[in-house]
Amino acid sequence: MTALLALDNVIKDYQSEAGTFRALDGVSLVVEKGELVSIMGPSGSGKSTLMNIIGCLDTPTAGIYRFDGTDTATLSETALARLRNAGIGFVFQQFNLLPRLSALANVALPMVYSGVAKRDRDMRAQTLLASVGIGDKPKSRPSQLSGGQQQRVAVARSLANSPELLLADEPTGALDTKTGIEVLALFRSLNEQQGVTVVIVTHDPEVARATNRVVRIQDGRVFYDGPPTEAALYGHAEGATA
Amino acid sequence: MIVTMLAEAWSALIANRLRSVLTMLGMIIGVAAVILMLAIGGGVQKQVSESIAGLGSNLLIVTAGSGRSGPLSGGAGSGATLRIDDADRIAEIDNVVAAAPSTNVPAQVVAGPINWATQVTGSVPAYFLVNEWTVGDGRTFTEREERAGARVAVLGQTVADKLFGASDPLGQTIRAKGVSLRVIGIMEKRGQGFGGQDRDDVIIVPLTTALRLLQGNAFRRSIRSISVSVASADALDQVERDITYLLRRTHRLKASDDDDFSVANLTAITDTLSTTTAAISLLLAAIGSISLVVGGIGIMNIMLVSVTERTREIGIRMAIGASRAAVRLQFLLEALMLSLLGCGIGVAVGTGLAMVAGKFIGFDTAVTLFAISIAFAVSASIGIFFGWWPATRAAKLSPIEALRS
Ligand SMILES: Nc1ncnc2c1ncn2[C@@H]1O[C@H](COP(=O)(O)OP(=O)(O)OP(=O)(O)O)[C@@H](O)[C@H]1O
Ligand SMILES: [Mg+2]
Repeated sequence: MTALLALDNVIKDYQSEAGTFRALDGVSLVVEKGELVSIMGPSGSGKSTLMNIIGCLDTPTAGIYRFDGTDTATLSETALARLRNAGIGFVFQQFNLLPRLSALANVALPMVYSGVAKRDRDMRAQTLLASVGIGDKPKSRPSQLSGGQQQRVAVARSLANSPELLLADEPTGALDTKTGIEVLALFRSLNEQQGVTVVIVTHDPEVARATNRVVRIQDGRVFYDGPPTEAALYGHAEGATA
Repeated sequence: MIVTMLAEAWSALIANRLRSVLTMLGMIIGVAAVILMLAIGGGVQKQVSESIAGLGSNLLIVTAGSGRSGPLSGGAGSGATLRIDDADRIAEIDNVVAAAPSTNVPAQVVAGPINWATQVTGSVPAYFLVNEWTVGDGRTFTEREERAGARVAVLGQTVADKLFGASDPLGQTIRAKGVSLRVIGIMEKRGQGFGGQDRDDVIIVPLTTALRLLQGNAFRRSIRSISVSVASADALDQVERDITYLLRRTHRLKASDDDDFSVANLTAITDTLSTTTAAISLLLAAIGSISLVVGGIGIMNIMLVSVTERTREIGIRMAIGASRAAVRLQFLLEALMLSLLGCGIGVAVGTGLAMVAGKFIGFDTAVTLFAISIAFAVSASIGIFFGWWPATRAAKLSPIEALRS
């Protein structure tokens, strides 16, 4: 069975006035189908950069990224759009909901692009909203919702086209502990009951502890990749397996 | 999907209501101008062609008095210089089919209790032929009745309506200047003339009757004008020259004298008039089209601003799976909606203005379905043409760059 994600020596350079900045410096990572992985690391270490590449929002400067066995560099714009639409669900740190649309319409939007009929997508969007616990607020605009509620809408939206892979960039960062745990529980149940592969970026050791595998990143490099040991969670493992 | 996108385009326009309306203003003005001009142009042309149809083709009109308007000249039709025998001589010129002398007196006409101020035209039976005017009901008078000065009258539609309303005027008696006239016929409707005057507001009586009974003594033998029907359009100029030569000789004018009559070639005048009005309305429509293009540029401008403002929105849409084609379609639809909405309002405004203008000028201004479909087709093209570039710019954004903005 091919791995769902396979990054081979991925490098990402950013150009700026100050010169070239290497945000990812040869990342190699394999994630199998059905895994629940957390990515940790200090601020600026390259976690979001990595997530954007995995989510096909950005492309590596060098190295190969395979999704389900296919080199993403060979995919057309249309194929990439289709992958972002139905293959991958992305939950952003800043929610990234469309402010003019209702919660329901936000959740239904990926299904607009995949061509689901209006009745069907509204029904599914409502079901998804209910499953994240805000089935009573389909008509609310994002601005009328709390941060936690907006995050739930974002999670519901990421699940709209039943993706194989769920990417969440600090999904609990903006939430209180209790809500954070609830959102995490949602990811766990998706992973366990529906076999969705989940990758979560987090700063919170308690969140990472609930996953099966922790990947630690520093200065654009993977230097820990293994079970959620205390050392891995609290960063004392620095240098240990580098 | 397209329905959803239309709904979204609509809500995007609604979200920026004021800006949308201001953007549409250019289209509104352009479309309204084009619609108005086509309506007025169409109205004028309809008017002109109706007038031509009612004129009789290849018609020359000889009028008494100088054609020149010097300070001391009384203007055409003022002098008592044309006589009945002038008409007889003109009738003998080559290529002249008929020449109908006629005179014109304003008169108060009475039928029973009803009074109506109108024109009484005295002429010969050829008058109806020359003017291509046919009788609708009853008959016109005969040569014999004309020579005998029979007290009969043929009514124009307006006069018949005013004097008799719904009842049948045939066989009834009317009085004009103290003379009793029996109604023997009612003419077909002719409609308006160039100046908007009602050409059905007239009574035609035999020329002899008019000269003897209705016209003042001083002008007993003189007539106001002679309508001349010419065999073909090609012969018009030659006949016009022949008439001038003939009348100058019979009126014994010296070489230094001005003509004491004038000859008008109405066919030529109406031809010029119709080409001129067509040219003018085309010109005005062209000016309207320029403002349409300006309106289109306004749409492009606002769409570019909108794409810049909504870069993040575009990024989000791409991140959740919108293809470049879908993004382009979204912005194209917005541009198209702006232009078509502007067009719709423009058509409404233009139609309203055309109706007001029609009332004001006094003739029909018809907004045709053709003009409206042209307006919508042009607006749609403008929306797509000027929306294309902004929409393509939106579609070309990279998802991650757009998300970061
Ligand atoms: N567009 C960009 N241009 C230049 N440098 C960038 C750009 N995006 C990110 N960087 C740099 O790349 C590095 C990694 O950024 P990234 O956003 O991946 O960090 P992160 O690990 O997600 O941090 P955080 O935990 O704060 O979200 C940072 O040092 C950042 O300054
Ligand atoms: Mg980050």
